[in-house]
Amino acid sequence: MAKIDQHFFDIGYMDTLASQQTPVHRLDPRAKLLTTLVFITTVVSFDKYEIAALIPFFIYPVFLCAVGNVPPVYLVKKLILVSPFAVMIGIFNPLIDREILVRMGDLGISGGWISFASILVRFVLTVGAALILIAVTGFYGVCAALEKLGTPRVFVVQLMFLYRYLFVLVDEASRLVRARSLRSFGAGGGFKAFGSLVGHLLLRTLDRAQRIYLAMCCRGFDGKIHVMKPLKFGPLEIGFIGGWLAFFLAMRLYNLPAALGRAVTELLI
Amino acid sequence: MSHHIIEARDLCYTYPDGTPGIRDVSFRITHGESVAIVGSNGAGKSTLLLHLNGFLIPTRGTLRIGDYPLSKKNLKAVRRTVGMVFQDPDDQLFMPTVFDDVAFGPLNLGLPPEEVEAVVTRALETVGVSHLKERPPYRLSGGEKRSVAIATVISMSPDILVMDEPTSGLDPRARRRLIELLKTFKHTKVIATHDLDMAVDLCERTIVIYRGAVTADGPTLELLQDEALITRSGLEKPLKMQNCPACGKIKSNLKTRLQSTA
Repeated sequence: MAKIDQHFFDIGYMDTLASQQTPVHRLDPRAKLLTTLVFITTVVSFDKYEIAALIPFFIYPVFLCAVGNVPPVYLVKKLILVSPFAVMIGIFNPLIDREILVRMGDLGISGGWISFASILVRFVLTVGAALILIAVTGFYGVCAALEKLGTPRVFVVQLMFLYRYLFVLVDEASRLVRARSLRSFGAGGGFKAFGSLVGHLLLRTLDRAQRIYLAMCCRGFDGKIHVMKPLKFGPLEIGFIGGWLAFFLAMRLYNLPAALGRAVTELLI
Repeated sequence: MSHHIIEARDLCYTYPDGTPGIRDVSFRITHGESVAIVGSNGAGKSTLLLHLNGFLIPTRGTLRIGDYPLSKKNLKAVRRTVGMVFQDPDDQLFMPTVFDDVAFGPLNLGLPPEEVEAVVTRALETVGVSHLKERPPYRLSGGEKRSVAIATVISMSPDILVMDEPTSGLDPRARRRLIELLKTFKHTKVIATHDLDMAVDLCERTIVIYRGAVTADGPTLELLQDEALITRSGLEKPLKMQNCPACGKIKSNLKTRLQSTA
């Protein structure tokens, strides 16, 4: 758990990244959110054997990363952390789909391997884009954008609280686990101890939820969270959305890498 | 100004699971008074405080906050009058930034945005944490969190300040700073604590609670010198009233205060 603390859950670093001042950070969160949503939809809309046509889409996350000053190493670490989910989804494709689609000399590559690779590429693109969005907007910025774009307030408030108390929860959980490991001397106490530990965590969480609600009522909470941060949607935002949308559309309709490949082959022959 | 008054008459509360909370608690706190509610762990301090804000409705007895007898109907008005600082600041700071958090109350009260800005700035200045404005609350130190929690409450300009263990978890200097800060507040103050030294510094009056009932109510210095009462209530004499372990004397400035009460 201590490791989870230090290495994996350093989401707090995202906040540090999000508080930077770059042209991308200054854009209205709505513009970034919309563009990223369209980006993700476009990427997942491709055929399951498609790899080459996806390559140009790397330009968008790379652009945001570069302009928004997001360290790529940090992103890659985060991607590796969640990659097991994507791998589990695609890992059986090579076993099920054995039809040979591509031949490279003697080596035949089955459709399963290609669709597996395609899943991984999409995973990197979509999850990467979502992470970068948060790193250049901030979680609360994304929430504000969601609310302004008409997401029901209940969900937005839930998300905000989830993020706020994630830190407290991880803290509390790691304290419990530390206390257990200090007295377990390698035995761990087994499943039973684990059960009561999780139970305790739940009870503490319920108690805390109660107290937070009291604190909110105390300050006149009536179901609405007012945040004073005027968002402004200007020509820059429209340009950002328009430009990227046009690019995504073009790349969706026109397979640039394939065309490039054909041109090169023609030149060579 | 009658709205700074708290009056409890025969307050009883039993938790739904049968645990007794408080029984037959009566007191009257008037305008501008600063009252410490002291008692050992589990004596019922927090239970009593939760009544002052209408979170718990007494099973028997009545409570008047200012002009209103406490009831479900005027909860909003009561909560406006009584500002409550919780024991764990993490419970109280739930917004993305310190600024948003302090602005939460005033915005809910319906203040116009320009005014909110001014109110928040003033509240943060009062507790001396203006520089933390844009920081997320979960990244602050314990002392900073406590100051911000107090700012969130005073930004709503309550008449009565209710605090649960304000000095718990603070280092000595942060504790001292907090006490100095609270001294400057003109509100009616009710402070539940077992930091009896703070009670001596801050509150002229003390209410001692033991097992849910009031065992004494009177001037702080007088009560805390009463060894029999203190032992009976499961407490210990404040450190500054105990003789110095090195020279066996009591601090001189306190001595004069003690003599003047005697």
